Amino acid sequence: MSTIDVDVAVIGAGVVGCAVARELSAYDLSVAIIEARGDVGDATSKANTAILHTGFDAVPGSLESTMVARGYHLLGEYAELVGIPVERTGALLVAWTQEELDSLPTLREKALKNGYQDCAIVGAVDVYRRLPHLGAGALGGLTVPGESIICPWTTTLAYANEALSRGARVLLSHRVTGVEVGAGRTLLNTTQAQVSARWVVNATGLGADVLDRLFGYDRFTVVPRRGELLVFDKLARPLAECIVLPVPSSKGKGVLVSPTIYGNVMLGPTSEDLDDRANTATSEAGFEFLLAKGRAIMPQLLDEEVTAAYAGLRAATEHSDYVVDADAPQRYVLLGGIRSTGLTASMALAEHVVELMSAAGLTLEPRAGLASPPRMPNIGEAFPRPYQRVDLVEHDPEYGRIVCFCERVTRGEIRDALTSPIPPTDLDGLRRRTRACMGRCQGFYCGAEVDALLRGMS
Amino acid sequence: MQRTVVQADVLVVGAGPAGLTAATALREAGVDSVMVIERETDAGGIPRHSDHTGYGLRDLRRVLTGPQYARRLVDQAKDWRVDLRTSTMATDWAADTSLFVTGPGGRVRVEARAVILATGARERSRSARMVPGDRPSGVLTTGLLQSLVHLRHERAGGLIGTRAVVIGAELVSWSAVVTLREAGCETVLMTSEYERPESYAAFNLAGRTALRVPVSTSTRLVRIIGRERVEAVELMRLDTGARRILECDTVVLTGDWVPDNELARVRGLAIDAEHRGPLVDTALRTSAAGIFAAGNLLHPVDTADVAALDGRHVAVQVTAWLRGLAQPTESTRVVPGAGLRWVVPGVIRPGDPAPPRDRVLAWPTLYRPLPRVIVEQGSVIVASRRLPWPASPGRVLRLPWGLFGGVRPGEGEVTVSIT
Repeated sequence: MSTIDVDVAVIGAGVVGCAVARELSAYDLSVAIIEARGDVGDATSKANTAILHTGFDAVPGSLESTMVARGYHLLGEYAELVGIPVERTGALLVAWTQEELDSLPTLREKALKNGYQDCAIVGAVDVYRRLPHLGAGALGGLTVPGESIICPWTTTLAYANEALSRGARVLLSHRVTGVEVGAGRTLLNTTQAQVSARWVVNATGLGADVLDRLFGYDRFTVVPRRGELLVFDKLARPLAECIVLPVPSSKGKGVLVSPTIYGNVMLGPTSEDLDDRANTATSEAGFEFLLAKGRAIMPQLLDEEVTAAYAGLRAATEHSDYVVDADAPQRYVLLGGIRSTGLTASMALAEHVVELMSAAGLTLEPRAGLASPPRMPNIGEAFPRPYQRVDLVEHDPEYGRIVCFCERVTRGEIRDALTSPIPPTDLDGLRRRTRACMGRCQGFYCGAEVDALLRGMS
Repeated sequence: MQRTVVQADVLVVGAGPAGLTAATALREAGVDSVMVIERETDAGGIPRHSDHTGYGLRDLRRVLTGPQYARRLVDQAKDWRVDLRTSTMATDWAADTSLFVTGPGGRVRVEARAVILATGARERSRSARMVPGDRPSGVLTTGLLQSLVHLRHERAGGLIGTRAVVIGAELVSWSAVVTLREAGCETVLMTSEYERPESYAAFNLAGRTALRVPVSTSTRLVRIIGRERVEAVELMRLDTGARRILECDTVVLTGDWVPDNELARVRGLAIDAEHRGPLVDTALRTSAAGIFAAGNLLHPVDTADVAALDGRHVAVQVTAWLRGLAQPTESTRVVPGAGLRWVVPGVIRPGDPAPPRDRVLAWPTLYRPLPRVIVEQGSVIVASRRLPWPASPGRVLRLPWGLFGGVRPGEGEVTVSIT
């Protein structure tokens, strides 16, 4: 088995791991991302609520609060730069009970403590003016104009692509099976190659506690918290022009209704603690619960067809905050308990981790001749797609051949994805890069052709 | 610079049996420029990949296989110099009867005097049916199964396994069984939520004997099991609530049709709340002037020849519209009552023609070997007659237009029910 020598090994190619690898590779360091699965962003990072959070409701003073507030701006700017679709929809927190209504001033205070100043309390009339299709019984609300929707798939891919262009190695299908911490280097055994690294970053999400124990710690346990989500047909989109949030309770953030960056409307998530870290099944009880919630929040939503149903697992721990720590003697960094806010916080966490590593003795020299940032293909509904662009279709007829009708994905885009620096290995990966087969027909029309294209048969 | 505006007398969206037949009939009637756009790479619609016989009976007066039938309709349209464009999709409306269209030839705006929507129907996906469980590969619809087997010549081993459960027991479900067998995949069970299988009793008997597939009635699929590949399904008896796990590596979701109504919805056409296609009158006019609809977009789903005859019917009406013939303004709604989910056409207007084939189409929710049809307008029973053919859930029930002879257009809602 060959050994790959690097300065830093980042384990886990989720949104946080890729952001860290991208940040580190801006310096004169050799970096490898080690991922057990066959693609980047293929676990927790692919199935979340896809919101770019302002952090208005974080716990003031927490690391999460700081990271989300800074990450919101960093990722917002980066998205513009590389073409990650973001829609500044804003959010409206809706109070349905007197108790919830009474708690709105406290929430606004909390937002101020988190450094977010744009929240405003509005009355019921204003709530229904903003959301005419909201179910009956809303008493008032709190506006959060900065809350936005973002494409989580493009975000992870952009980080990974940029890291790659800066010389980082992306080792997919390399599951770490053993760790040997030595005097100057740590040896990582994986299912393929052996990696020898001076520093190791643990960004393994649902597996972070297990890996952490291999470094001799026992400081937290990940409890996979399943969140089931329903995605409704694009025809539902006019019903929800902004994110509709519930008033948070002790049980979590509750069920929200949100437009998606792909032009759909999402309802969810449920919240259920599991033992199985791979159980992303949906359930009868979950569907029933979501439909009951949806009926109350936005009854007309249920008249539309469900386009997709899925479940994601949040890496919940017994701690309310992120657990981020650098262990200088072992040259080891932990990024634990990064829940769904991790998408927003990712770039700030990367910055933070590099600072921690520098303080712990890692020398950072800016890399000379840094490649310019990648330009990502747009898969957001609010921005021009290839099929709509007269110039592009004229230049290359492959952008005029729509293969996936529901999502209007062209052969040109599928070709581009298959020949990209980090190509998809399965339909799910192609879907995250192009939207192929994620629409209302779920492959009834194009499934056979997309499958053939994916396998190079067409 | 390419031309970005194209003009046509009539733009037909969809080159399935309804769209192709309408286009040919329009040219036969002397309409100059008829453009048909089809988003698939080949024209012909669903029959292209239904490799069994029985097509063309009512419209072409002969019996063909699906692909033969599709080819014949395409050839006819080409002979009549219909401007047929494949791999071309209407994506958005530009104006009243103009659409933006993308194809390998470019992105253009097609300005037509009339538009016929013939976009057909699809089977509901697993998500739309809200089937919970794992999300492995091996869950297909009949449409995907048939395009894999008949267009791509796939055999068991890839997306198709060797041991299938077919959800549904309609005609299309039996067609799925035949296709699975051709691919080398055995169907171990068919399920139906109804108390009795949906398709013709005679076919079932023959089907069961010839194909030897057990049918489990009053049964619902409640969970799919298997992380990477389907390993089993969980089934529930609707009458007793009893559950069981059945091992399989393929699940085919059949029937449960939903019209492809996106263009109709986005244009803001009145929609039939029950079948979700555009609301039409007996002339197949939608609620917007100059926009017509035909085929399984209106009746998800009837046979291909019935869709084709819609096309022939609508061509006459579109020709009248192009000639500027006055359109009636008064209207009476026709709505489903007991025992029916939807009724098409949903509007009757004074002076209008009879519907296609002199039939009103309806979707029964119960089984009756000899259903009694009751047509009521207000408190008046317009007709009450027993039909000599069965009403069976999962199949379109055809009602003779004569039953509606006593309806007084413009005088209040008409309710159709069966007992």
